[in-house]
Amino acid sequence: MFIIKHKKIFLSISAILVFVSVVLFFVFGFKIGIDFKGGALTEVTYQIERPSQIETDSAVRELGLGTVLIQPTGELSYIVKTTDLTEEQHVALLQALSQNGLYPLEEKNFNSIGPSVGKELTRKAIIAVTLVSLAIICFIAFAFRKVSKPVASWKYGVSAVIALVHDVVISSGIFVLLGYFYGAELDTLFVVAALTILTLSVSDTIVIFDRIRENSRGKVGNDFKETVGKSLDQSFMRSIFTSLTVIIVLLSLYFFGPESTKYFALMLTAGMFFGTYSSIFLASPLIVLAEELQNKKK
Amino acid sequence: MWKKRILALIVLILGVGISFFVFKSEPKLNPNYENEVSFFKNFPFRLGLDLSGGSHLVYQADVSQVKEGDITTSMDSLRDVIERRVNLFGVSEPQVAVQSSSFLSGEGEKLIVDLPGVTDVEKAVEMIGQTPLLQFKIEASADSLEKELKVNEKGEAEIVLSPNQEQFVDTELTGRYLKKATLEFDQTTREPKVSLQFDETGTKLFAKITKENVGKMVAIYLDGSPISTPVVREEIPSGQAVISGNFTATEAKQLVGRLNSGALPVPISLLSKQTIGATLGGDAVTAGAKAAIMGFLLIALFLILWYRLPGVVAVISLSLYTAIILALFKLMPVTLTAAGIAGFIISLGIAVDANILIFERLKEELRSGRSVFDSTEAGFSRAWSSIRDSNISTIISAIILYWFGTTLIKGFALTLGMGVIVSMFSAIMISKIFLLTLTFIGESKFARFLFSSGISK
Repeated sequence: MFIIKHKKIFLSISAILVFVSVVLFFVFGFKIGIDFKGGALTEVTYQIERPSQIETDSAVRELGLGTVLIQPTGELSYIVKTTDLTEEQHVALLQALSQNGLYPLEEKNFNSIGPSVGKELTRKAIIAVTLVSLAIICFIAFAFRKVSKPVASWKYGVSAVIALVHDVVISSGIFVLLGYFYGAELDTLFVVAALTILTLSVSDTIVIFDRIRENSRGKVGNDFKETVGKSLDQSFMRSIFTSLTVIIVLLSLYFFGPESTKYFALMLTAGMFFGTYSSIFLASPLIVLAEELQNKKK
Repeated sequence: MWKKRILALIVLILGVGISFFVFKSEPKLNPNYENEVSFFKNFPFRLGLDLSGGSHLVYQADVSQVKEGDITTSMDSLRDVIERRVNLFGVSEPQVAVQSSSFLSGEGEKLIVDLPGVTDVEKAVEMIGQTPLLQFKIEASADSLEKELKVNEKGEAEIVLSPNQEQFVDTELTGRYLKKATLEFDQTTREPKVSLQFDETGTKLFAKITKENVGKMVAIYLDGSPISTPVVREEIPSGQAVISGNFTATEAKQLVGRLNSGALPVPISLLSKQTIGATLGGDAVTAGAKAAIMGFLLIALFLILWYRLPGVVAVISLSLYTAIILALFKLMPVTLTAAGIAGFIISLGIAVDANILIFERLKEELRSGRSVFDSTEAGFSRAWSSIRDSNISTIISAIILYWFGTTLIKGFALTLGMGVIVSMFSAIMISKIFLLTLTFIGESKFARFLFSSGISK
């Protein structure tokens, strides 16, 4: 009951967090990866010694590849970001990086994406995000179609959608910070993470709504407010635990998992956390708010 | 009651069987892997390029000369030819796929070639441009071989052949004169063999070779290594030859395919390329496996500490879930990428979700004063609607993501989607069978304690 009584406080906290995230989008912005804008990424590891950054910079600049970004990584490696490369340019770049064979190296990773492929992926990503969002809204409206007293089923849908937008926006805000401080780039995995958060957030909200649905039918509590409050008390633990297990695996993915999915795991962890938070502290209070507004009108 | 116990036993045995299969068919787990029967060797995990290292090439096919209706056919035969050429170079598990133009994938017919283990893009591109080399060689004549004069232990002089000399010398006959190759089976031994039919020039050459080498060996070389060295019994004027090496039926079939693969049906040009070094991929596999194991152990610990007896059951059903899903990855087979492993790891967490929903429900029912057996039954039936609804949204997203799919996303969507579906089965069926079997422990205080959870009584 605590949460429903103080719902205004919790709703304000959510609003502030979303606001801060949106501000972050505009202040720092996303770092767009080559998946979407096209370009080439070359990662090399030197076998014995890494040439200095200055040497490498000047050797690569001579190739005239346009804007080149050279980042040292680990003890013996460089990551070189350029526009997309032809096979000849690629061979020349490797030659320059090894200072004509003076510093023997191994190419760990090479990825060249033409601008057309990047555009294609951007379009695909937008289509996917739109489709998943639409499908989920339809599904919630369908799943709660029989619950219309005292709050219409579409209001459950809207509350769930507000909660999932809240989750995705806040985790994206965290991702912007990761990008700003640690260089995390917006790539295909980011899109996958956002869509997964969206999905898991809805699963979580559904677990709580399911209890409200059941308790409304069973006439638990004197009024709707109390029904929701009781439902929350009943499902509080299980909601936290179901998310906790996913957060446990995500954290082990972050700490022990492959390098390439680290930011992915971190963003998902944030998403899971806020997903659980929002289904308890945002979606359910919103439903009560909807009912109160409805009563005022009468 | 007995029925349930027998069922539980059967499920357990099946689970052990599946785990055994996963263990046996994995070279890293099974120390005797090399000696296993080929059945187990046919099912390793299929690793995506980001894990195995290799090259990913995207070609644009020029179909402007092809009639509208024939595009699919010619793209398919292009894929077959490229696939054969790639297979020829011993790349394990290459993937060659056609991506036709559509609303989602954009304009143009594309061919996507994934070559695990090939980190040299230039070599890879070159490989795809090549055709197999079939050669017929004859025994080098005794005169042409170099000999050495040696003194043996007894102090006698001896003439021996110099070491490291080619035993066979080239003839003019090569795969160029091949009309077609077919797969046949020996009528008595049922062994697969490859039958060759030469064209006119080839027939003449072959007749000449066989005529001059009666009683000697003729060696058939494929890409520089001998695959068969039959002894010629008589002259063969018909232009037909048979290669009967120690093939399996699949190998023989592949060879036939390779020999028959001629020129490319449509011209292709390279659009984009990616190479991942083997070390990077290997590190990712180790890290992924470590993350999965740690995730599993942490969840198991949590479940047993918090949910007691049901927790133990959940861990058993989670183990069965893991065995089933890993076996499915092998059998389907699913191409595992770093994102795919992430999907699998997340599905471990989700697989437990359903169990938690059930156990929390079970606890409530126990509190309301029902018997252990009834509470267990009710726990399952009343948790079902929320399990179903919360999983359906995940399945919907997984399907859309799979459809959206680049290889990376497909891997994630597939492992996550499969995980959710299999986990519904494992939570509902497996956990239920085991928990109901265990209700025989009765209604004592201790029994009720075991079926409860958390810090509550």
